Amino acid sequence: MSLLEVRDLVKHFPVRGGVLNRVVGKVHAVNGVSFDISRGETVGIVGESGCGKSTLGKCLIRLHEPTSGSIRYDGREITGLSHQAMMDVRRKMQIIFQDPYSSLNPRLTIRALLAEAIRFHGVVPPAEIDDYIMELTRTVGLRPDAADKFPHEFSGGQRQRIGIARALSVKPEFIIADEPVSALDVSIQAQVLNLMMDLKEQFGLTLMFISHDLKVVEHFCDRVLVMYLGHVVEELPTDDLHGRAKHPYTRALLGANPIDDPRDRRPLTVLRGDVPSPFNPPIGCPFQTRCPRVHDRCREAMPPLIALEANGRTEQVACYAVEQDLAAGRTPGEAAEVAAEAAAGRD
Amino acid sequence: MSDAPAPTPPSSESASPRPGAPPSGDAPGSSAVSGSGHARPPRTLEPILQVRHLTTRFRTDRGLVTAVDDVSFDVKPGETLGIVGESGCGKTVTSKSIMRLLPDHVTRYGEASEILYRGRNLLKAGQREMRQVRGNGIAMIFQEPMTSLNPVFTVGWQLEEALKYHTSLGRRDRRRRAIEMLKLVEIPNPEQRIDEYPHQLSGGMRQRVMIAIALCCEPDILIADEPTTALDVTIQAQILDLMNQLKERLDTAIILITHDLGVVAQVCDRVQVMYAGRVIESGDVMEIFHRPRHPYTTALLESIPKRGARQHGARLPTIPGIVPSLWELPEGCRFQERCPYKQQACVDEEPELVTDPDGHARRCHFPLNMPADLTVGGTS
Repeated sequence: MSLLEVRDLVKHFPVRGGVLNRVVGKVHAVNGVSFDISRGETVGIVGESGCGKSTLGKCLIRLHEPTSGSIRYDGREITGLSHQAMMDVRRKMQIIFQDPYSSLNPRLTIRALLAEAIRFHGVVPPAEIDDYIMELTRTVGLRPDAADKFPHEFSGGQRQRIGIARALSVKPEFIIADEPVSALDVSIQAQVLNLMMDLKEQFGLTLMFISHDLKVVEHFCDRVLVMYLGHVVEELPTDDLHGRAKHPYTRALLGANPIDDPRDRRPLTVLRGDVPSPFNPPIGCPFQTRCPRVHDRCREAMPPLIALEANGRTEQVACYAVEQDLAAGRTPGEAAEVAAEAAAGRD
Repeated sequence: MSDAPAPTPPSSESASPRPGAPPSGDAPGSSAVSGSGHARPPRTLEPILQVRHLTTRFRTDRGLVTAVDDVSFDVKPGETLGIVGESGCGKTVTSKSIMRLLPDHVTRYGEASEILYRGRNLLKAGQREMRQVRGNGIAMIFQEPMTSLNPVFTVGWQLEEALKYHTSLGRRDRRRRAIEMLKLVEIPNPEQRIDEYPHQLSGGMRQRVMIAIALCCEPDILIADEPTTALDVTIQAQILDLMNQLKERLDTAIILITHDLGVVAQVCDRVQVMYAGRVIESGDVMEIFHRPRHPYTTALLESIPKRGARQHGARLPTIPGIVPSLWELPEGCRFQERCPYKQQACVDEEPELVTDPDGHARRCHFPLNMPADLTVGGTS
């Protein structure tokens, strides 16, 4: 059974304006997203800024209140839970933020920072808190004297380790990592990614990894969900990302990512057209303004996610052009080739 | 708009020779390089910019700190030089030193430091002279398009300001030229956008406006300091594509400062790797990526996740430790604490930047990947 089941999750933010500060519209941050995460899995959420991936992460632990939809954690519906009941759930679900500086209270020592949550959730008896904190700092690779320092005394990578220690301190099962390495230098990025992999294995964690960096997601995750303007447009196993991605947006992302090999120089996929505003998204597919394969139908209705079964693995894609390819008798693999050609078809 | 099949090459009208360039600025030599190919034949042109022994120090509360230490390099017309390194390595200070954008009262340049542009040493230039060079001769794009545009003036005002100071164009021509530039950087509806304020544009569009401003006087040298770091990858592709086109068309020399090795691999001709204020390796992009000689470069390249090379649960190679603080630099090699090949010599003496016979330079006593036909020279 899935650990997390999300169905038709919607989050709209009201936009206020005018003299009376009335609600004049809404930002469609997450627009009907459904997915499952199984125990022990690492699922990547990729997409560009404004696609709703962070909002989605925050909705899952109800740091944002979802507008509608359902979130079931371990079989239990958590959208309607009281504040008190939610606290119990948060002990199992934790989040790591992108900016390790602004997410740590600058006035607290690391010991005080960590002790807060441990005491609140009664993770260990009060007498053992100090020992437990020592163990935690060691687990995330910080020196023992780190506990009595303040956040500003640490480098970015070390601060992210503190953020990870704080998330781990309540012994969670499920961790949402929201761009955990984006603010870090390359050499430090690798250190933190390795640490997260170690911890995942050591504690049997389930992870949702939100990132805009395909290379990192590819390295780290088992499965990827690609989001565009509040919608999941494609979902597939990470190993199949290059070979089987079919959605024009996923292909564009892949093609725009510079390959770190000067021998393999190729024109990057350049999309024309502009990203629509989430305040006023177009009717139909949100990618229509930049899509090289757009046709009339895309401007009428949002294409549904269609599930494809291949070699025992499931992939999903929401695109009329791909649907057409499949209806024309192409296999999913061939449809991916067509999509790759369409994305590279410039000049 | 969306199904436009191909990026049309910049219209010929916008490729007009620099309008009313001041007498000092020769039009950059138009080379016969065709538009699409990335690979360019090696050039034998004279360098347009020569940086010699650049040392930049800052006066701080904790005393004098050396942010850039004895950095030298050349840039030729039509060439893209990548400056790579992690935060604090001195890459941004290098570029701001060239532009003389560092506050004079806390900045000290080394005795032997020279930045030669068209025969002039910019470090000795006065403010008036620098104002002539900036924008006109050397232009810069900054990392944050949000903070480098003035929020209280329209996009058009800011574009026309540059033209007003550096060209003899009249008001109408300046506006026409500004619209042309916006068109060139593919801003939709330039006639309308020109009267908008920066906050009305998206991040990608703001960065493109910055590029338009930087390029409106057709500079000889474009310094791009992390031009795409704050942008999404699809927008990044647009910006890189644009920079490439301009380089081909105007023979602009580009200094690209970045920590993104993928971007470097795709667009740079030569690469200079910096660490803790020092150049630790420099050479041709192929050599740097495929036969890096400095252990830091090697480790940096290994630590990026490789596309399609995923093995379940495999760990990334890492560089242990962190960059040393500029206040507490070790005696010998600055990378010694993190280097797997460290020997006694590395602790005793900092290696010189040695240029091997093939033109590749490295600051290491025990370089890796030395071509067999090169004798290891210069290590003491």
